[in-house]
Amino acid sequence: MVSLLDIIGPVMVGPSSSHTAGACKLGLIARCLVGGTPDRALIELHGSFARTGEGHGTDKAIAGGLLGFRPDDERLRDALEIAEREGVDYRFEKTTLADDAHPNSVRITVERGDRKHVMLGASLGAGRIHVSEIDGFPVEVLGNHYTIVLVAEDVKGSVARITARLAEDGLNIATLRLSRKHKGGDALMVIEVDEAPDAHVRDHLRAFPWVRWAHRLEKVSG
Amino acid sequence: MYKSLAEAIRDAQAQRKTLARLALEAEALDQGRPVAEIREALGRALAVMRQASDRGMVGDLTSVSGLVGGDAAKLRLGPPGPLADTLFRDVLARALAVQEVNAAMGVIVAAPTAGGAGVLPAVLTGIAAARNVSDDALVDALATAGLIGAVVAERASLSGAEGGCQAETGAAAGMAAGAATEMLGGTPAQVGHAVALAQQATLGLICDPLGGLVELPCVFRNATGAAIALAAIEMALAGIEFAIPCDEVIDVMGEIGREMDVRYRETAGGGLAATPTGRRLAKERLVQIKRAGR
Repeated sequence: MVSLLDIIGPVMVGPSSSHTAGACKLGLIARCLVGGTPDRALIELHGSFARTGEGHGTDKAIAGGLLGFRPDDERLRDALEIAEREGVDYRFEKTTLADDAHPNSVRITVERGDRKHVMLGASLGAGRIHVSEIDGFPVEVLGNHYTIVLVAEDVKGSVARITARLAEDGLNIATLRLSRKHKGGDALMVIEVDEAPDAHVRDHLRAFPWVRWAHRLEKVSG
Repeated sequence: MYKSLAEAIRDAQAQRKTLARLALEAEALDQGRPVAEIREALGRALAVMRQASDRGMVGDLTSVSGLVGGDAAKLRLGPPGPLADTLFRDVLARALAVQEVNAAMGVIVAAPTAGGAGVLPAVLTGIAAARNVSDDALVDALATAGLIGAVVAERASLSGAEGGCQAETGAAAGMAAGAATEMLGGTPAQVGHAVALAQQATLGLICDPLGGLVELPCVFRNATGAAIALAAIEMALAGIEFAIPCDEVIDVMGEIGREMDVRYRETAGGGLAATPTGRRLAKERLVQIKRAGR
């Protein structure tokens, strides 16, 4: 669903809503997957991101997102230097993803401590983003809700127990999507909620022995 | 939010509401937020738009590469042409100003995108300054513009990489034309014609910035996009009707975008970017950017 405030917005540092603001948001989502500024990041740029990214500051914007800067933060301009100063071991590469990949696509691999995640996302224009894959699971994250992402073993009743837990924590679910790579395999859940979840929500979810990992993603749009 | 302008226009007529009101109510419903809160956010966007326009008028900014800057001030202070002392010339200056701020990595409102961010503020605030339009009416106009942009996003695209410049400054011209037409008392049907008249003028417009930088020709495309919007507003308010409905014009814009060769979609592979001078300038400037570590 397109929001009016995505069209009349975001307020952002130039020069490109897709190559700067959208790129920054993708960096922010990748940051959330490891719960903070990553120690290492591999950023693989595809299509127009690869061809014209430098001139648009796409590299600065993604690095800025990884550092937790939002699209209207004037520090984006100096994000590469700041990342180096903070000891982030980042690397940009140009790549070709699938033929049908959106022209502004990027694959970001982030590592922090013993955590490592990979996401595939695209900047759709006007600052809107779409994350289509996390750790090989197909997902659809637009970043316009607070979102909880978790991977659980394929246990009967897991969805019911998770939604009950979220209700106890006072969260209202906007959407819930489930995907798994094969029957009986791990399932990835993307739960969009109306309110900002506290850190304890994540801890409650992680307390289920069959939950492998759970993360809160920031609301970066809308 | 609406996915068809025709549908929004019909609802506006049936409910005797402006498109702005309709857009605000639809957004409130979608987002579960009160209308007042959405108006407040649009008011903040308006303030940033004005700041960017004022900032760019000073004339002391240069873009990241140094390719553009200072031209808004030339329109403000330079020798007169046939449009001297008119709203038209002021609107052109404002469009250049906002886009020069964008190219200098300053703060702007992407409306609908950063590359097309000069058109809407220039047209709306330029008309408002000349005609004493209230801030409340400007916020309404931004809501109408948002509705139009949302329809374009759904039916076509708002990304130069997907649809060329017709999806950025072209869409911005359509949004500005429709929004200002309503702001100046046009009916919902006239808004539809204004959108169609503006969007048809930019069909096929490619996205070909030198070196992929949102600088040249982007800064000037915003000024000419604003000029197209003004022409569309004038025609629509005069009662001129465009025979192809706005939804269909938007659809065909999307279709042309999908057919457009990748060289013309923000890849710096064709158009002005691939001219001998375009290539030479881009090469020089990118080397400079790298050397300066900017």
